[in-house]
Amino acid sequence: MIGRYKFEIGCILVLALAFLATQAEFNRFYYFAGFAILQYVMIATAWNILGGYGGYINFGTAGFLGVGSYVAIGLIEWGDAAIVWQVVAAAVVAGLLGLFIGYFTLRLKGVYFAIATLALAIVLETIVNNWDFVGGAAGISILPPRKPELLGILIVDRKGDGIFSNSKEFLFFLMAAMAIFSVWVARTVERGKLGRGLNAIKDNEEAAECMGVPTLRLKLIATTLSGALMGAAGGIFPSYMTFVDPPTAFNLEFAVNSLAMPMIGGTFTWLGPVVGAVLLGTVQQIAIVTISSELNLLILGVLLVIFVTVAPHGIVGWFMKKNK
Amino acid sequence: MDFLELLINALIAGVLLGGFFAALSIGLSICFGLLDTVNLAHPTLIVAAAFCTFLLNDVFGLDPILAGVLITPVFFVIGLVIYTAYYQFFEKNSAEALRGLAFFFGLLFITEVILIMVFGVDHRLVNAAYIGKSMGMSLGTIDVSIPYRLLVAFAVAAIMTLGLQMFLDRSFFGRATRAVHQDMMALSLMGVDPVAIKRIAFAIGLGTCGLAGALMIVVIPIEPAVGRLFIGNVFAIVVLGGLGSISGTLIAAMILGIAESVVSTFFGPSWAPAVSFGILLGVLAFRPTGLLGVGDTR
Repeated sequence: MIGRYKFEIGCILVLALAFLATQAEFNRFYYFAGFAILQYVMIATAWNILGGYGGYINFGTAGFLGVGSYVAIGLIEWGDAAIVWQVVAAAVVAGLLGLFIGYFTLRLKGVYFAIATLALAIVLETIVNNWDFVGGAAGISILPPRKPELLGILIVDRKGDGIFSNSKEFLFFLMAAMAIFSVWVARTVERGKLGRGLNAIKDNEEAAECMGVPTLRLKLIATTLSGALMGAAGGIFPSYMTFVDPPTAFNLEFAVNSLAMPMIGGTFTWLGPVVGAVLLGTVQQIAIVTISSELNLLILGVLLVIFVTVAPHGIVGWFMKKNK
Repeated sequence: MDFLELLINALIAGVLLGGFFAALSIGLSICFGLLDTVNLAHPTLIVAAAFCTFLLNDVFGLDPILAGVLITPVFFVIGLVIYTAYYQFFEKNSAEALRGLAFFFGLLFITEVILIMVFGVDHRLVNAAYIGKSMGMSLGTIDVSIPYRLLVAFAVAAIMTLGLQMFLDRSFFGRATRAVHQDMMALSLMGVDPVAIKRIAFAIGLGTCGLAGALMIVVIPIEPAVGRLFIGNVFAIVVLGGLGSISGTLIAAMILGIAESVVSTFFGPSWAPAVSFGILLGVLAFRPTGLLGVGDTR
């Protein structure tokens, strides 16, 4: 009984740990770094659903994330929507965006999908730059709500009447919950029909099609799912950062990380992106403080190229081979 | 200015811009269209060449076009190195084609970060007699003004692209390159090493980055991230022209140049980047083989 639900129990334990961390009142920096790492766990996991299982590379992570962010900003500007609705709306819009791009390009070779997603991020940034309602090129500041409530329960209160004593801690917890949820989704996909179908597409799309795998439909489902998770990760971003401008929301770093983390961790299992994100995310958080952020990015690029060329199965693959 | 005058000016600028776009995309048309190596880093390498031009101009006072000619062989050699690595790690053991994409994406990112570390994020310009001045003309009642820098870029781009096209059409090497595109096995049965042909063709494609970079800094002020803005453009042009067709690339470059120029005249320059993406998506959806393409897109 317990053996069967080992993974789910692990998820609840990690979530409980995250909750305890919010009550411990550590130095603010740790929550910030933790938030960034958890966000990367979610993004890398989302990327891997299409990229790792299906072999279709998405360079437009920044685009999906940016859309999520700006949907949330739009909702805040329009009528102070609660954070939960911001995240849900961001996920829906980004998912539809994935479906739209996929519908146009997924019938063709994977290369075309990759190029279209790369261009997508740039065009979306152009649109936001020209759209003053969400701040335009100058960016926009977001004030977190004073005393957010959910189902009548006070979530955040400085005096200690709520569950969390400040909104950053609450958002940290929410991010942890979302990251764990996406890992669960990825694992479910991997073990189900969808994941097996995607694997078949990755190995040989023509053969899969001939064996009756509905390739286009599976690819579209995967793109939508992956885009929705990225969008949700973007939806929480404005509330946490409190200031967003197009270069932050559409940062190319997201695209590189979302690709490098699964590739370095290992793309064939849900564990790969998690390992890659925690490892690279931690190293980056340390490197940004101790060395310059440009050098940090350079290391990231070089690592990506090294792993792609000489260790295509990533860290997890390397360990598995050793154990055999 | 009335509508007609704006339109005619936009069309003329668009044709000149199209020539410049052709210079940016012809190398990629060779690498992607003929050789099937999806060099995502192409626009960023052009920006790197533009910064080399900036250095030569700033330190030695060289004319940017001359500087571009001088750095072209350097980029040819870089091309040889990149292709050799690409072949060794991906093509030789026919690894998943998409890992090669990640490799070029990493290359793009590394190049951009190095440029930021060396030059910072300021916009850079070059000095030359023809930059900053315009040629005025009047056609009947309509005044036309053409910036000399666009004219120079157009002329150089025309020489470069038409020359390359002739070379690929007429020479033995050009025919061999197209044979690689059509049937590698047949070529190797004829006693030609397809890998050697591909290596040199890729290097030629990358060599065009040298001159294209010089043209870029003549046409616009550059900063390290500007390469990304051109990814949409160059890929839209190569795909619209049809993979494997150099003349298609030239026609597509003209179409995109005119479209961008008209859009920035009537809707504002900040909308220009959306044009290439719209065209790219439209082509992929309705005619993935492009205008003159014969390639296989599935």
